Amino acid sequence: MGDILSRLESDSVIVADGAMGTMLQEAGLPAGMAPEGWLLENPDAVRDVHRAYVEAGADLILTCTFGGTRTRLERSGLADRLTEINRWAVEIAREAAGDKAYVAGDIGPLGEFLAPLGKITYEQAADVFAEQAAALAEAGVDVLYIETMSDLNEVRAAVEGARQAGSGISVFATLSFDAHGRTNMGVRPEQAAETLLALGVDAFGANCGATLEMTEGAIVKMHEAAPQAPLIAKPNAGKPRLVGQEVVYDATPEDMAEYARRFVALGARVVGACCGSTPAHIAAVARAVRG
Amino acid sequence: MSEILKQLKEAVILGESDQARELAAQALEAGIAPLTAIEEALNPGMQVVGDRFERGEYFIPDLVMAAEAMKGAIGVFEPALMARQEQRQVLGTVVIGTVEGDIHEIGKSLVATMLSAAGFQVHDLGVDVPAGEFIERVRKTGANVVGLSALLTTTMRNQEMVVEALEEAGLREQVLVVIGGAPTNPEWAQTIGADAYAENANEAVSIIRQLLEV
Repeated sequence: MGDILSRLESDSVIVADGAMGTMLQEAGLPAGMAPEGWLLENPDAVRDVHRAYVEAGADLILTCTFGGTRTRLERSGLADRLTEINRWAVEIAREAAGDKAYVAGDIGPLGEFLAPLGKITYEQAADVFAEQAAALAEAGVDVLYIETMSDLNEVRAAVEGARQAGSGISVFATLSFDAHGRTNMGVRPEQAAETLLALGVDAFGANCGATLEMTEGAIVKMHEAAPQAPLIAKPNAGKPRLVGQEVVYDATPEDMAEYARRFVALGARVVGACCGSTPAHIAAVARAVRG
Repeated sequence: MSEILKQLKEAVILGESDQARELAAQALEAGIAPLTAIEEALNPGMQVVGDRFERGEYFIPDLVMAAEAMKGAIGVFEPALMARQEQRQVLGTVVIGTVEGDIHEIGKSLVATMLSAAGFQVHDLGVDVPAGEFIERVRKTGANVVGLSALLTTTMRNQEMVVEALEEAGLREQVLVVIGGAPTNPEWAQTIGADAYAENANEAVSIIRQLLEV
């Protein structure tokens, strides 16, 4: 398979996986349980989601560790199992990936504001990220994947933490654009691109996001700001909507495939999907971008 | 309006806490009544902040900094208000929390901060709050607003459980129930018998004020 950076530089687009959280909810994740907690009790459910994405054609799967930082695990009373959870998540993903897919160590936001808005300082945040990143790196991920970020300072802290984890490990980072084309914290896509380019992350882009259109708008602006940079697009399957008692995501696999084509034309080298997507969406994306 | 109050309003709009406190003290020294300062500088300042947020000129950090600046100024005015046996008009009493099974904190806390800045008395129950705790606190405080946050499709159903528990406890008529959180929307509010849905913290304040007519 070669290393992920050479793959990023090659002509072939990397297909990333789709949603984990909403898939686990479908599979019966008990309300109130963190996916990282379920990982310990029901690893089969997580492995099945990974396998389904690999079978659908994903070249890159993200570990079930979005909430695997100390600040998040503390809320579920799982902080003392941080290393075990992150290592276990990598092993499960690796089993499903085999030699078909890269394993990305997923790092999500801390779940609280950094100072001055919140209490946690930049240095503390970097340490928290470094702790999770080290656990993921030691377990052997191919890349550390920072996602769904809103605050540029938090991204910086996460990148710094990831760098502390292991010398030379690849780092990807994506932000979620939710409000008037910016992140909730007001970060413009071009501003994010300039910062991430300067930080030297290997690939960056947009994930989650309020709508597919907003993610597309962000990718356009990032490409303008950093024309040479390999971009990542991993949007939600549209906006969640209620039908009766059920939450549905509107974007069909065909919609996602259409957007994936556009993202690639706009400079994306990694395309996948986020909340509400399924292996069917990823299969359609894989067909679309592999021509 | 006096120059000091103009500057105080501007300090709130720009989220300058130190300056807001300093100007609040200057206002008192200049003999400006604290309630006048609150009504003519702080409240309109927050209004401008809210409008800019709606227009996409301001984002979450701007809201938080402005609310902090407002809080700083109010802190300076409070002893003066007490001395004059006056108090800031309380717009209502809110019991707010993230529903059981859900530990998302940021959105709920932001709504609490903004409501507090607007002049509501806010009882923030935190995250992962069982329905019974909402009921208990509404009873104890005589609250007239309940705010329910849920960020997961699996926990948004617990918003409905709180509405049902309020009905069973005979408290439903006394409170306005407002819900929020990423997977929720106005239809969900209607489905579960809540009074309103708020898209963000600023909208929460304006919808509650509108429905309570305060």
